[in-house]
Amino acid sequence: MQLSVNSGSRTGPNRLADLREGDHGVIDRLDLPEDLARRLMELGFLPGNGITAARSAPGGDPRVFRVDGSEIALRRDTACRVFLRR
Amino acid sequence: MSDCHGCQFEALHTGAHGQHTVALVGPPNSGKSTLFNRLTGLRQKVANFPGVTVEQHTGRAKVKAQRDVVLIDLPGIYSLKPCSEDERVTHDVLTGRMPGTAKPNAILLILDSTNLARHLTLAVPILSLNIPTLVILNMADDLRSRAGTVDPAALAAQLGAPVALVSAATGEGVDKVFRFLEGTAAGDHRPNAPLIQLPVIQDVPKCRQWAMRVGQGSAYQAPTPSVWTRRLDSIFLHPVWGIVMFGVVVLAVFQTIFSGAAPLMNLVQNAISSSGIWLATILPDNFVRSLLIDGVWKGVGSVIVFLPQILLLFLFIGILEDSGYLARAAVIADRSMRRVGLQGKSFIPLLSAYACAVPAILSTRTIENKRDRIATIMIAPFMTCSARLPVYALLIASFIPERPLLGKFLGTGAATLLGLYLLGFLAAFGTARILKSSLLKSDGTPFVLEMPPYRWPTLQGLALRLYDRAKVFLYRAGTVILLVTVILWATAHLPLHNGKPPEIGNSYVGQLGKTVEPVIAPLGFNWKIGVGLISSLIAREVIVSTLGTLYGSDGNSQSTPLQQALQKDLSLGGAIALLVFFAFAMQCMSTIAVVRRETGGWKWPAAQFTYMLVLAYIGGFTANYVLTHSGTGVLAWLK
Repeated sequence: MQLSVNSGSRTGPNRLADLREGDHGVIDRLDLPEDLARRLMELGFLPGNGITAARSAPGGDPRVFRVDGSEIALRRDTACRVFLRR
Repeated sequence: MSDCHGCQFEALHTGAHGQHTVALVGPPNSGKSTLFNRLTGLRQKVANFPGVTVEQHTGRAKVKAQRDVVLIDLPGIYSLKPCSEDERVTHDVLTGRMPGTAKPNAILLILDSTNLARHLTLAVPILSLNIPTLVILNMADDLRSRAGTVDPAALAAQLGAPVALVSAATGEGVDKVFRFLEGTAAGDHRPNAPLIQLPVIQDVPKCRQWAMRVGQGSAYQAPTPSVWTRRLDSIFLHPVWGIVMFGVVVLAVFQTIFSGAAPLMNLVQNAISSSGIWLATILPDNFVRSLLIDGVWKGVGSVIVFLPQILLLFLFIGILEDSGYLARAAVIADRSMRRVGLQGKSFIPLLSAYACAVPAILSTRTIENKRDRIATIMIAPFMTCSARLPVYALLIASFIPERPLLGKFLGTGAATLLGLYLLGFLAAFGTARILKSSLLKSDGTPFVLEMPPYRWPTLQGLALRLYDRAKVFLYRAGTVILLVTVILWATAHLPLHNGKPPEIGNSYVGQLGKTVEPVIAPLGFNWKIGVGLISSLIAREVIVSTLGTLYGSDGNSQSTPLQQALQKDLSLGGAIALLVFFAFAMQCMSTIAVVRRETGGWKWPAAQFTYMLVLAYIGGFTANYVLTHSGTGVLAWLK
């Protein structure tokens, strides 16, 4: 839990949540509980994979991401814990 | 219990009863169910795996073989690591550990060919089971039209298992699947011998790299992204149009089931009443005729009338689900759902609860967080299910004069119905809020949802859904409702007085109704409604058949249609109170049973039943009180 408090202030534009519609990035690591991280990896959120931010629900949350040939919707708080390569 | 021992033993060998069982395995959205429908047609049945809540779809394949080939459609999975209940069931069936289900003799592994690189990772754990497997690359038509390619022969060589490129939706290549089924049934077993080493199953990145290499070795060219999916998403997930379309879809569903079903319902109504009249002319005037006409025809008939409306509702939900729109709707709804402590995934069960709470509660399995899941189960019965429709439709038609409110688009009847839907919706969300801020509080739950590409729903898939639903509805009308109707008719005609049936108020059922009357009188209900409420504990729509039978057996109202009989017997306050009562109360044995099974005990269903009953009583009382004390004003406005 403390991690999330720290990472919020420490990190700048390298979080998945900071991508705007149409932006592209490369996944670096997932800072998430094991089960959720595993489920996301099975869905294609693997370090080294490219990822593009797509449409979102009104208000920008949740947002659909294009990764590894599929489109997956995530909430902002989850996307905040997925880090991208600089 | 007696043959359990045998099952376990046989499971290791040829499968129970000498059948040849073949399991369908694949990730969600791979088109597994479409293929299952195509392979089995109407020869399928739905049950539950013993001890768990996962639905088991089995069916006999349409193949020419000496043995029956039984297909099992297993829940969609991403991996074989038993994390969720779905995955555990699939894992247990495939490893022969599911009691009562034989270890399959063969597997059909269904993968989406338009997303092969990712879906191939599932081939790793499945092929390591060493069960003869046909790898099916589904959606071949999509792959081709979006300029993707794959070489099935090269893939088969690498996997050491046969590969078929098919399109379950169009039927292309399905003959290869039939040939595989016939081959394995005839004993043509060839274990898989992968040419390339399988990676460690638990290591997701390694599995993914393996899949990538295999894909490259099979000349796999991923298709270009679906242009139509992008175009449609730019409307359905548009900041403004997305919400407008969401509203349009919901309104269109309601308007169509209410006014669009009317001609069909009239047709059924006419068929029932003219067959009743015809029957009355050919039967001698005795108690058999009375039972058939006043009891069965009026009772069961009054429920069967609603079949078209219910099928139309299921048709809509089927189209929304099969087309891929529901996933988008869940994304749009997530924000509002979060406000009451739930998440977008709860939206799908709640929307299907508009059809029926039982499948809705079963579909909460997709919600990983247990507290979210229980909260969704607790509020699902508030959503206006199709069994409430007959009750609403009867009372609205009897008590709400039809007047246009918004020109042709919205009449008073549809507006009242919409109001009742809203009432249930508000009760559901209010309850969710209370539960999620107290008993079922949980911190930030993840919302992860795959957006399937938009697809045309297949006619066969929709037809099978409606067929299933009609079967369930008519089965219930022919068994439970028929039984209740006959019991009611009998108790309404007994005890005999000087060899003649008594006046209905003095019959057994009249005495029962008059015993409960003081309790429900504050809601504006008479004793006949009381009997209706008691009988509707079985299922909500039973009240309609009960009232049909009761008024049909009453000498004073025998010749008048049910609507007019009700108008004479019930005040406007009582009628509205009855509507409100039905909006809140949990009168459905199937729902209570399924909640007990899903939550693993009586605690939640007992609390739910009591809570909803108390709310229904208070709501009904308030409605009746307000209308009888300001009733003249409301009446004047309505007229």
